[in-house]
Amino acid sequence: METITWLVVGALAVASVGLVVSRDWRKHLIFLAVQYLGMFILLREHWPLTMSAAKLVTGWMAVAVIGMTQTRLDDSGAEEAAWPQGRTFRLITAALVIFVVLALGPRLAAILPGITQPEVIGGLLLVGLGLLHLGITIRPLRVIIGLLTVLCGFETVYASVENSIVVAGLLSAINLGLVLLGAYMLDSETGARA
Amino acid sequence: MIAAYLWIFLPLGIAALLWLVRSDRWSAVMGSLFGLMLAGAAAWLPINAPIALGPLAFRIEAGFNILGRRLVIDPSDQPLLVLIYGMVAFWLFGTLAVGNARRLVPLGLAMTALMVSALAVQPFLYAALIIQVAALAAVFLLVPPGQAPSRGALRMLVYLTLGMPFILLAGFLLSGVEASPADLALVVQSAVLLGMGFGFLLAIFPFYTWVPMISEEHPPYTVSFILLLVPTIVVLFGMGFLDRFTWLRESSQVSTALQLAGLIMVVLAGVWSAFQRHLGRILGYAFIAETGISLLALSLPDQRLGVQLVFWLVIPRVLALGVWAMAANILRFHAPSLGFGDVRGALRSLPIASGALVFASLSLLGVPLLASFPARQVLWEQLTRNEPGVGLWFGLGTLGLLLASIRTLAVLSLAPGESPWQSRETWAQRILLVLGVLTLGAVGLFPQWLQPFVANLPLVFERLGR
Repeated sequence: METITWLVVGALAVASVGLVVSRDWRKHLIFLAVQYLGMFILLREHWPLTMSAAKLVTGWMAVAVIGMTQTRLDDSGAEEAAWPQGRTFRLITAALVIFVVLALGPRLAAILPGITQPEVIGGLLLVGLGLLHLGITIRPLRVIIGLLTVLCGFETVYASVENSIVVAGLLSAINLGLVLLGAYMLDSETGARA
Repeated sequence: MIAAYLWIFLPLGIAALLWLVRSDRWSAVMGSLFGLMLAGAAAWLPINAPIALGPLAFRIEAGFNILGRRLVIDPSDQPLLVLIYGMVAFWLFGTLAVGNARRLVPLGLAMTALMVSALAVQPFLYAALIIQVAALAAVFLLVPPGQAPSRGALRMLVYLTLGMPFILLAGFLLSGVEASPADLALVVQSAVLLGMGFGFLLAIFPFYTWVPMISEEHPPYTVSFILLLVPTIVVLFGMGFLDRFTWLRESSQVSTALQLAGLIMVVLAGVWSAFQRHLGRILGYAFIAETGISLLALSLPDQRLGVQLVFWLVIPRVLALGVWAMAANILRFHAPSLGFGDVRGALRSLPIASGALVFASLSLLGVPLLASFPARQVLWEQLTRNEPGVGLWFGLGTLGLLLASIRTLAVLSLAPGESPWQSRETWAQRILLVLGVLTLGAVGLFPQWLQPFVANLPLVFERLGR
């Protein structure tokens, strides 16, 4: 079982790094969907299937909303205008974040009761790479994806200490609210460009 | 009837209805009247006691269960509701003069209802989630359709969102501290997480950069509503933590941290504002300084006095910032931007707005005989009495803000000699600005008028305010 969990953590790392490095919104959506699938598998350790599945459905709904909005919009000129754009730079910083998470993970696992090392490392990877994503972008789509990644990581860790349905519901509502706001901002941005 | 229906769900419903109103004027009138009605209801309708209105008899229950959690508004919360809904009614009424009521009124009411529910929810940690929902509404309010989201709005969204996880994790650790208070490591970890959470939510240094950014990029009246409502409620939420956890309340390190954070905010806001060349950014720094002042009040050794000061400062602050933001909004309507170059000499064409802007900024600074003077004077005196150095730094921050006000006055009055004197404000703008300025003067001259109302506000906090 632990091997599977570590494999999921590996998939989360690949997806989050992919989000930071990739410039194609279609790939972003695939990576985001993989993240939510990974979160679902990690949440299964602490939550009943129905609650974990609700998170997965929420995440995939978020992906669908972004996808539907983005397909309607002209994405020409939607590239990041500011430094740093280089893939190598992003890969190196992502690697640094992964090293930091691997170093800090065991310590956090000691603070939070009932959480396993793969879960804490998976959660922290998402938080760290999400923050990195937020730090190198000013585009609304990327900001929303960065925030969703951070929240995804936080929820993975927080699930080990809180299994209330209300909290899970409110966090799902916040995720969806964030995505709807993102869709609105993307629409507004395109309107302003036009 | 249940209190949450009246002060939370009803405003949410009315906000949804007001979204459908197409007229700015009607939206402003209905929104402010409704806010006033809710404030009046909080002032006069008792909770948990029978009420007879002619043949109709009913009782307002304090608690309401929702999905296993409770929304509790008890009698001690009523003065706070009067303050919050009174403040909102005042602000929404101002949209009559500055416009944008069709967005600000419904979203403002909805945000207020969410913030009230954040204060009423039990367990109180859920407030962090509700504040996050209100933050999403705030960003929606800032970005009108067809306009690209500004960098400030995006940064605000990021920072306010990052605050929530820290508060939730801190809440979990705090319950552990309650169970084993001797566990020093746990105490430090929870305090650090709590500090980070409130750092993000209150825009404490170094997480403050979005405040001047949105103040520069968006209409001052809308921005000021957000910057007034969110920090005020988050400070009350933070005071709830101090009230609930004895170790936090009695910790000298927490008090020192509050003092340091507050002082950094006041000094930084003062120094930066003195060098700004944009009226919106100066207003943003004034908001940062005001949050810092609330933190300084909470750091006082006499906690009861500190809590009283926090509430004493709210009404003059709302009045001054309301007038300031309205005047800035009017200037922005007539000038390409609020940059010094664009508003130079505006005193000749918009004398009432320009005068009111400077007057309000001086009032907020605590200039004698104006509204904020009594509370700021007491705070400064207490800070200096405890640690003269802190009083000196506080004075330096205030001096920076004063310099910004003087520079503003100089720029607004620097018109070419041949410019004719005129008043381009509308009658509604003139009346509201003059009334605001007169109120600032009256509250400064007769601060005792606020006493009966403000005296009961600290009672919201069971241990901190009594």
